[in-house]
Amino acid sequence: MALSEKDVRYVAALAHLELTEEEVKKFLPQLDAVLEHMQKLNQLDTSQVEPMAQVIYPAAGTPTLRPDEPRQTLSQQESLANAPEPGAGCFKVPRVIERE
Amino acid sequence: MDLTTLSIDAIHAGLLARQFSAEELVRATLERIERENKAIRAYLTLSPERALAQALEIDRKVRAQEPLPPLAGVPVAVKDVLSTKGVRTTCASRILERYIPPYDATAVERLEAAGASILGKTNCDEFAMGSSTENSGFFPTHNPRDLTRVPGGSSGGSAAAVAANLAAAALGSDTGGSIRQPAALTGVVGMMGTYGRVSRYGLVAFASSLDHVGPFGRTVSDVARVLGVIAGRDARDSTSADVPVPDYLVALEADVRGLKVGVPDEYFNGLSPEIGDNIQKGLDLMARLGMKVEPIRMLHTDYAIACYYIICTAEASSNLARYDGVRYGFRESGADDLREMYKKTRDHGFGAEVKRRIMLGTYVLSSGYYDAYYRKAQKVRALITRDFLEAFDKVDILVTPTSPVPAFKLGERMDDPLQMYLADIYTVTASLAGVPGISVPCGVTRSSPHLPVGMQILAKHFDEARLLRVAHAFEKAGGFQVS
Repeated sequence: MALSEKDVRYVAALAHLELTEEEVKKFLPQLDAVLEHMQKLNQLDTSQVEPMAQVIYPAAGTPTLRPDEPRQTLSQQESLANAPEPGAGCFKVPRVIERE
Repeated sequence: MDLTTLSIDAIHAGLLARQFSAEELVRATLERIERENKAIRAYLTLSPERALAQALEIDRKVRAQEPLPPLAGVPVAVKDVLSTKGVRTTCASRILERYIPPYDATAVERLEAAGASILGKTNCDEFAMGSSTENSGFFPTHNPRDLTRVPGGSSGGSAAAVAANLAAAALGSDTGGSIRQPAALTGVVGMMGTYGRVSRYGLVAFASSLDHVGPFGRTVSDVARVLGVIAGRDARDSTSADVPVPDYLVALEADVRGLKVGVPDEYFNGLSPEIGDNIQKGLDLMARLGMKVEPIRMLHTDYAIACYYIICTAEASSNLARYDGVRYGFRESGADDLREMYKKTRDHGFGAEVKRRIMLGTYVLSSGYYDAYYRKAQKVRALITRDFLEAFDKVDILVTPTSPVPAFKLGERMDDPLQMYLADIYTVTASLAGVPGISVPCGVTRSSPHLPVGMQILAKHFDEARLLRVAHAFEKAGGFQVS
């Protein structure tokens, strides 16, 4: 197995996921099996291939950008309507600055 | 007359002839949902007021003898990953359980502008991640053809609704097969247009370079009608293509004789006879219709699953970073600081499959692994696309199975994610290349319980008209019931 429990916890922290012990134990072999399958791509020589980030097709025109003009968008009230904790026209969150 | 089984064409004719009203049609469908959805569980949320208000407006148009729009009175279901203004949109996730969008997705807006009645929002795998609809954060959907089996996924609710006549047509989303595979497993028609053919504005993003919006229907012509309405450039989605939308209904009737059908060897190696025999019969029928069926090679097919799952998880890990407990309704309480709030909210709000994919995506993008996984996958994606472009220099369309297996039992495959991923092999290739695909019924398995088999037809970029033409000819010749 190439992946360790430590790796799983490290990746979870990067992804802002708080995994339980059971989850770490369950995910480890599952993620390891998928990552091992992904190694299959190394069988291919891609040294002369350009990476493809988006679908390209022969008929593709230039990407279209709209004119940079101000427009009406969602109101503050609409934007905040789904907030778990709105207040004073803002999204309220717990303390951000960490104490030493 | 059973109003819930009508084609869109028959609905249009019936409304014009005043055989029934749009209100009667919507009420009949809602009553059927009331009776039958308990066993199938296709819907997460119903929007009867919205559906009926639209129906009354259509009935007013009929009385006033105003021209009827193309989908007048058609009761449709919408996968719960498409935003509906004022109607809860959950992506089948606990993290969006209380989220009510302030705007409509373009595809939804265009359906309603064309006269369709939105009946409600359908179940799916959480954030469209899965192939069985068992990853819904709420409950699984059951296949109407056999209630002990899955309807496929991720758009399993939309497929099941159409298969069980709980909607005349439906919208789904397809990232790696999420329309085509459930269409195959429930015995209906499902289509993904070219990447960029249909606007994704208002589609909750899973993997942005792969996500598509597309229709389900019981016939090819129903799917053509819905696609014609939702397709086309949308200024609110910069990835929507500025390519004219042809009249797909006219295209349906064109001749198929002489068309070249490529059958890629790689899609049939190791395929079980219960699927392969039906596809072969479908190909024999195409030959009898005057099409030229010939073998072709698609050399990089075997690498598609690895390539797809690197790219889609990478994009998902980025897209799903926004669910942090700040903006979309759900926040887990009890956190002392911001980082803890993110973690608690995400850990309680996401299900196992979503977490697995976020983890995989975070891993393949992380420092030291980016080139080995993500960049490598982008290069292999170019090779898979090249296979398609070269194939379409030789043939007009490609025919493959949609899924290597028919509908499987609920719970049967939940513990082995890799095995579940590998079953997407026939659908992810077209997603990576961005070419359009349709799945049409192709008989049922020979052994009991005789489950639907799906045939996938693929065409080159923006050649949806040809795809629909072949599928329609196949349907008219009895291909849906090959035996």
